[in-house]
Amino acid sequence: MTDATVNIPTAAFRPGTSDAEIEAAAAKAAAHRRHTVTFWRLGILVVFLALWEIAGRMAWIDPFFYAMPSSIAGRLYEWITEGTSEGPLWYHLYVTMEESVLGFVTGSVAGIIIGVALGRNRMAADIFSIYIKVINSIPRVVLAPIFIMILGLGLASKVALAFVMVFFVVFHNAFQGVREADRAMIANARILGASDWQLTRSVIVPSAMSWIFASLHVSFGFAIIGAIVGEFVGSRYGIGLLINIAKGSFDAAGMYAAIVIVMVVALGAEYLMTMVENRLAKWRPQPLHETQ
Amino acid sequence: MAVEKTAPAIELINVSRRFLSPTGKSLTAIRDFTMTVERGEFVAVVGPTGCGKSTTLNLVTGLASPSAGEVRVMGAPVKGIDPRIGFVFQTDALFPWRTVIENVMAGPLFRGRPRAQAQASARDWLARVGLARFEQHYPHQLSGGMRKRVALAQTFINGPEILLMDEPFSALDVQTRVLMHEELLRLWSEAKASVVFVTHDLEEAIALADKVYVLTAGPATVKSVYTIDLPRPRVVADIRYEQRFIDYSRTIWADLKEEVETSYARAAA
Repeated sequence: MTDATVNIPTAAFRPGTSDAEIEAAAAKAAAHRRHTVTFWRLGILVVFLALWEIAGRMAWIDPFFYAMPSSIAGRLYEWITEGTSEGPLWYHLYVTMEESVLGFVTGSVAGIIIGVALGRNRMAADIFSIYIKVINSIPRVVLAPIFIMILGLGLASKVALAFVMVFFVVFHNAFQGVREADRAMIANARILGASDWQLTRSVIVPSAMSWIFASLHVSFGFAIIGAIVGEFVGSRYGIGLLINIAKGSFDAAGMYAAIVIVMVVALGAEYLMTMVENRLAKWRPQPLHETQ
Repeated sequence: MAVEKTAPAIELINVSRRFLSPTGKSLTAIRDFTMTVERGEFVAVVGPTGCGKSTTLNLVTGLASPSAGEVRVMGAPVKGIDPRIGFVFQTDALFPWRTVIENVMAGPLFRGRPRAQAQASARDWLARVGLARFEQHYPHQLSGGMRKRVALAQTFINGPEILLMDEPFSALDVQTRVLMHEELLRLWSEAKASVVFVTHDLEEAIALADKVYVLTAGPATVKSVYTIDLPRPRVVADIRYEQRFIDYSRTIWADLKEEVETSYARAAA
């Protein structure tokens, strides 16, 4: 039986260990685990950036194309303190954010409303599904030139592009979420006296909510893509414009700096979204942690 | 209205119900089904698995309509969902995103009662099923037996005159199930509702019911009806050891067994 004893984890408890001891040991193990995770996360980032920098300086890769972390940081610093060649960085960021947020909000509201409506109405779903499939098969970015032609170089064309990027994702999830709603739960609500509207509002939508939230997570990123691609194709302001100008002047550091900005913003949005979701989903079971 | 007063709570008269399978074939779930439930009567329906027991309940709620025959509730034909009906489901049909008290309040709120009144009434019902301390819990924080008691409170708060139960306790362990039987009989004797209780557990049926309907293997029709003449109030935990209970059990099982075997042989074939 020596094999078995080898496999017992180091945190095994003697008989008669008190609850307090077990809890203390578990808290310690959890803290240790957290530290290890943070350490490796930071470590990998540092190693990656260092390798990049060294490779650039030793001319293993051409910094003209690949830039270097130091030159990217320098460009970011310059943009933040002195502004870009096209005016202050904050204004460009503000424009891109405004376009993304407007597209995200309108796209997801429309997606939820139409998704729920079609999910509840079989006939309408059967009729419209073919059109949705057809429109959905268009790669969204090819719409950018059309929107810019129709709506001009300003805000509206970018919002429209962000909208179509977001709408289909949210629509599909809302639709599916409604279809997956538990049938016994629906029957229960109806027998308890729910009208069609009450059923939709207090049973169907809440039960589709986890599906909808899953789509909202990815779709803010899509909204940013829409806004930036739109700016890329034609605009006077925005992060997409900065990338375009950097490209035109062969300024690799500028392009990467713009990417970093977008990355930070997208991560921030994702963090916010998770917070809201956790708030709304407090009814969901939390996993129990095993004391190992 | 004089007719309504004397009419039985539920009548199913030569009812058939056919389904279309996904491939377009017609399947008969129940045929020539006739059953009468008097007011205040507790009827249990037993039959082999998958014979169409649940279909009979759906016909009474109005969630499904018969292909032939007539379904009457309180003397009037069923048109849509009747507000006098309560239904307890086999699976968990509570709303997981609502707290216990919000779940119990759902019925009165759906029916347009003011919030304060619904809340007071829900408190009262939670106290009656012994869950007053769990008002603010979410369903996932409760045990299976507690969730079932929330479901009972959620149903009884609407004051149903007819109570339909579709294998409500089949997912519970045996000890909890006996406790739930006691709970149900107590609530039933206070509420004076007519009950149709569908189950595959014969002992449960005999312990609870005034009448036991035995169904045939699908398509279901009534094979025989037994009147259970055991005195009330019954103590479910003890009644199963009484000689008369055992006699009933033996007689009805002999009858039911044939159908169970037919159903089993058919499934195996």
